[in-house]
Amino acid sequence: MTTKNTNIKDFLTNNLLLENKTNSLNESDAKNLEVLRGETTEKPKIYIGAGTCGLGAGAAKTKAAAENFIKKNNIEAEIIETGCIGLCAYEPIMDFHIQGFNRISFSNVYENKVENILTNMFGHNIPDADILGQFPTENENWENVKSIYEHPFFEPQKRIVLQNCGLVNPIKIEEYIARGGYANYLKAIKKFTPAEICNKVEKSGLRGRGGGGFPTGKKWKFAANEKADQKYLICNADEGDPGAFMDRAVIEGDPHRLIEGMAIAAFTIGATKSYVYIRAEYPLAIERLKIAIEQAKQYGLIGKNIYNTGVDFEIKIKMGAGAFVCGEETALIHSIEGKRGMPRPRPPFPAVNGLFGKPTIINNVETFANVAEIIKNGEDWFASIGTKGSKGTKVFALSGNVKLTGLVEVPMGTTIRDVIFKIGGGINHNKNFKAVQIGGPSGGCITEQNLDIKIDYDSLIEVGAMMGSGGLVVMDEDTCMVDVAKFFMDFIQRESCGKCIPCREGTKRMLEILESITKKPMNQNEALERFNGIIQLERMAKVIKETSLCGLGQTAPNPVLSTLKWFKHEYEEHIFERKCSANICTELRTFTIDVEKCTGCHACVRKCPTKAIIGNPKSAHFIIEDKCIGCGTCETVCKFDAISVK
Amino acid sequence: MNIEINNKTVTANNGETILDVLKRNNIHVPTLCHMKDMLPTGACRICVVEDINSGKLIPSCSFPVYDGLRIKTHSQRVINSRKTIVELLLSNHPDDCLYCVRNGNCELQNLSDNLQVRERKIRGQKIRYKLDLSSASIKRDPEKCILCGRCVRVCEEVMGVSAIDFINRGSKTVIGTTFDKGLNTSSCVNCGQCIMVCPTGALSEKKHFPEILEAINDPEKIVVAQYAPAISVSIAEDFDLKSGTDVNGKLNAALRRIGFDKVFDTTFAADLTIMEEGSELINRIQNGGKLPLITSCCPAWIKYAEEFTPDFLDNISSCKSPQQMLGAVLKSYYAEKQNIKPENIYSVSIMPCTAKKFEGQRDEMTNNGITDVDAVLTTRELAELINTFGIDFKNLEPELTDSPHGVRSSAGKLFGVSGGVMEAAIRTAYFKLTGKELMNFKVNAVRGLEGRKEAKVNINDMDLGVAVVSGLANAKKLLDEIKAGRDDIHFIEIMACPGGCIGGGGQKINADEDALKERMKALYIIDEKETLKVSHKNPEVIELYNKFLGEPNSHKAHELLHTSYQKREVLL
Repeated sequence: MTTKNTNIKDFLTNNLLLENKTNSLNESDAKNLEVLRGETTEKPKIYIGAGTCGLGAGAAKTKAAAENFIKKNNIEAEIIETGCIGLCAYEPIMDFHIQGFNRISFSNVYENKVENILTNMFGHNIPDADILGQFPTENENWENVKSIYEHPFFEPQKRIVLQNCGLVNPIKIEEYIARGGYANYLKAIKKFTPAEICNKVEKSGLRGRGGGGFPTGKKWKFAANEKADQKYLICNADEGDPGAFMDRAVIEGDPHRLIEGMAIAAFTIGATKSYVYIRAEYPLAIERLKIAIEQAKQYGLIGKNIYNTGVDFEIKIKMGAGAFVCGEETALIHSIEGKRGMPRPRPPFPAVNGLFGKPTIINNVETFANVAEIIKNGEDWFASIGTKGSKGTKVFALSGNVKLTGLVEVPMGTTIRDVIFKIGGGINHNKNFKAVQIGGPSGGCITEQNLDIKIDYDSLIEVGAMMGSGGLVVMDEDTCMVDVAKFFMDFIQRESCGKCIPCREGTKRMLEILESITKKPMNQNEALERFNGIIQLERMAKVIKETSLCGLGQTAPNPVLSTLKWFKHEYEEHIFERKCSANICTELRTFTIDVEKCTGCHACVRKCPTKAIIGNPKSAHFIIEDKCIGCGTCETVCKFDAISVK
Repeated sequence: MNIEINNKTVTANNGETILDVLKRNNIHVPTLCHMKDMLPTGACRICVVEDINSGKLIPSCSFPVYDGLRIKTHSQRVINSRKTIVELLLSNHPDDCLYCVRNGNCELQNLSDNLQVRERKIRGQKIRYKLDLSSASIKRDPEKCILCGRCVRVCEEVMGVSAIDFINRGSKTVIGTTFDKGLNTSSCVNCGQCIMVCPTGALSEKKHFPEILEAINDPEKIVVAQYAPAISVSIAEDFDLKSGTDVNGKLNAALRRIGFDKVFDTTFAADLTIMEEGSELINRIQNGGKLPLITSCCPAWIKYAEEFTPDFLDNISSCKSPQQMLGAVLKSYYAEKQNIKPENIYSVSIMPCTAKKFEGQRDEMTNNGITDVDAVLTTRELAELINTFGIDFKNLEPELTDSPHGVRSSAGKLFGVSGGVMEAAIRTAYFKLTGKELMNFKVNAVRGLEGRKEAKVNINDMDLGVAVVSGLANAKKLLDEIKAGRDDIHFIEIMACPGGCIGGGGQKINADEDALKERMKALYIIDEKETLKVSHKNPEVIELYNKFLGEPNSHKAHELLHTSYQKREVLL
């Protein structure tokens, strides 16, 4: 095989896409395929984890250092940017692959470490660096280096959606095809009818990964059964939950997987046009997706009459301006139509009356990313993974006070405890676990007593949480749960579209009530109103939940209700004792002056913004609690450590 | 299919919403964002009912019925939810009902009353917004807005203007114009239909009371009033009289009680308009002028044309509207005849319209630096003024209008309803072209409240194609057809408000479609009963031509009664 693109294209098209002849290849072709699959290499390759997380950690500098190194030493080597392998906490990650040896992965490779690592690696020595592990193949093993899959972060995972992320060059379609990609699409459109695929997906038990968990095959059937001159397919990549970045990582790391899934779905429902609605805050994902779409066009996988099957497929990228509510399907449709992103009542559902009034199916990135694998391995294989009601795997974005933050993909049925303590390595700084927020601002928190529930759409709902799109924010003992509820409420009330009254007005009022209990009332009137507000909190939450127009409003009170359920004592402490044990709600803090230590220097008196400190110079001072706003200025200016939180 | 409402089985049809069925069965469920004949938006959630099958609260306005549906419309859960929603609205609403223009006529007030909201349970920070007083016609008070979106929809769907829309997000959401500038910089055509659908005092007309009262109390000033054809059949509703009662005589009497020195009828000028516009039509047809000719009586349509369809400006009749014609005649011919200095005349018109306020202050509507019309009152404002002056309207003895410019034909009276200008014009054009009066005088094809009516009128073996549209979105559709090559229409009447001036933006708020029909009926009854049925036989119009103007479209007539239009740049 030569290096000319056209020939690679012909080779891949004839031997992998149209027919699988990989078992009958001649030796040189088989070798080249191995190279494309990353099983072996000819030229030395240096992989840099350059997803948004990696770049944030300094991957660009790492890459530059690697480039300098090979230039300086006149070495011929290829430097490849990959997406994120999932271990965001250990970025920048750099992999090294040299002929005859396994690919080996290093973590925390800041620019100053590059030279040492590469010098040693090119000398076939293991450097003194943070090694993640090696990727076992038929090549020679690096001695005393464990397989990366034995790493506690990876060991319990089952990677279907993320299988290529961090490994392949995301903007090289050849690598995707070499690993079996797009052949599933051609198989789908050549061998199956849309109804057959609908059945397969339905039988596989795949449910929407965007939050609601509606059975995907069933949803497709609605649209497939509609008769229309035009149907649309939309990929919802408007990932807006705080602490969720699964979709971004999939698109940055393996964009072709999304395209293939969409192509199969479009064929199934009879849509020739599709959109990827992606937030503009994901420039790298957008860039890589654009390149991937172009490459798929060059391979004839997007366009008219694909491989003479009469199937047309087109993808457009539509950038969203960052409104959280545009993740709601009808608001998203409005946004694509050029209208204000506001939801509309359903029914009619988009599957019947969607984009531009036509039948439309909207699925989330992760849902589409599963589709090709179902075609490839069969619905029974997929249905064998997971629990009774929830099949397959789920990708989670693990963040917060956990040791190993990052992206994990686990089979449904894994316990939350395993995700946090086995994969995530437990709580940072050896603190105690307090709760984990699942499902973002629409979800709820899970406490110690429920940590052993199995991840499953239905079981999560039973404990007052929800799967959501997959954000897992871990909180340690120093977290104030009232503050957490306030954070999500503030987010929701800012992101409410403003259309329906309960959500628009109610979330604002709920936020105000939470704000009022996280600070001291300044007078009797405020104290009364504070109580009055608390009495209304649950009533308001119920009405917002029951009467709001869309999912955003219907789930908006969840963080409050959930924290109220599990951490009622914290609310009570804030309300009755006007105290925040976690010391997070600064406005509730009360300071006291140690009369033994106070020298009466007057520094605190001069700096106190509310004139809450009294005392004669050179004698001990006192704080008037009613005036103190808990800002802590006095504590900072005191040179004698006389002031502390009560 | 059968559904169960409050334990009673009722029949429902496929495609109906729950609300449709409730209405048919006289079960009242409150609504705020719902608008008849428009797609539901489901925004306010006030109309929720309890779905027993799913246990959920569902919006009745948008939820389609299905066989076996079981609902409760007034369960405790439903009432509590509605009440909480209203309380939430009130928590962000100014507490100034007593000072509000809609006090006693406010849907939010009624709703909180019906739901027994008697104490302020939910408190919170109210959002403050500035008043928008920039428009000549419409005052906006966003603090009172409950964001039901009815104004946005009427502006977009009925008027095709889209001057206003939702801006910002969450609790900061507000309805505003492009770049949130004043309404005067927007594409707003001042039709006032937004006011008609506003449930609260967020939208109201710009009041002209102080100026008028000042003029009335100024001994130097001769204060004259004119009222539009639609007023006499509309204002009765404000005084507990049956919709469509013609109170022309009482109207004259009331205006004089308030202190107007002279009272004229704009309908006289409607006849004058027919003389001018009719001649213009005949002239264009006979001399190959630009066709179709489009009427110019509606100031909202004129502004719309200047903004959205400037290609058609040459098609629009150069005639001023009747209001401006009468204003111009009063400050020229009448002043001269009565020996009054034109600047000492303070001319007030009473219109079913808010756009007339804008029209009155247009630069073109002046003669030698003197404005034709000084102040415009809407029907609503006049009713308020009558109440302020303690006039027992119901029991007033009818009086006659002042003369000259008080006599009118019943053709001119038809200007108040969509199709009326067309019918009056056809009567006169028919006579001018054939020398004979139109049989029966009736042109039934242009009557009725439909948004578009078309007819062919045979005059001298020529098929005159006429079209009548009301609602500017309908006008846009027709003009698009003409732009695309349709050439069988020679004369078009365009009124901005659905149904014409009887449905104008200055009329009584909360009047229903039945009231509109009664007003229309009243105008046709007047036409039926009266003998002077054509504009060209109005003796005072004939006298005005003989003594002052010469003939229709004369130089003098052009100076006073005609105007020009130009493309208008606005923020779209």
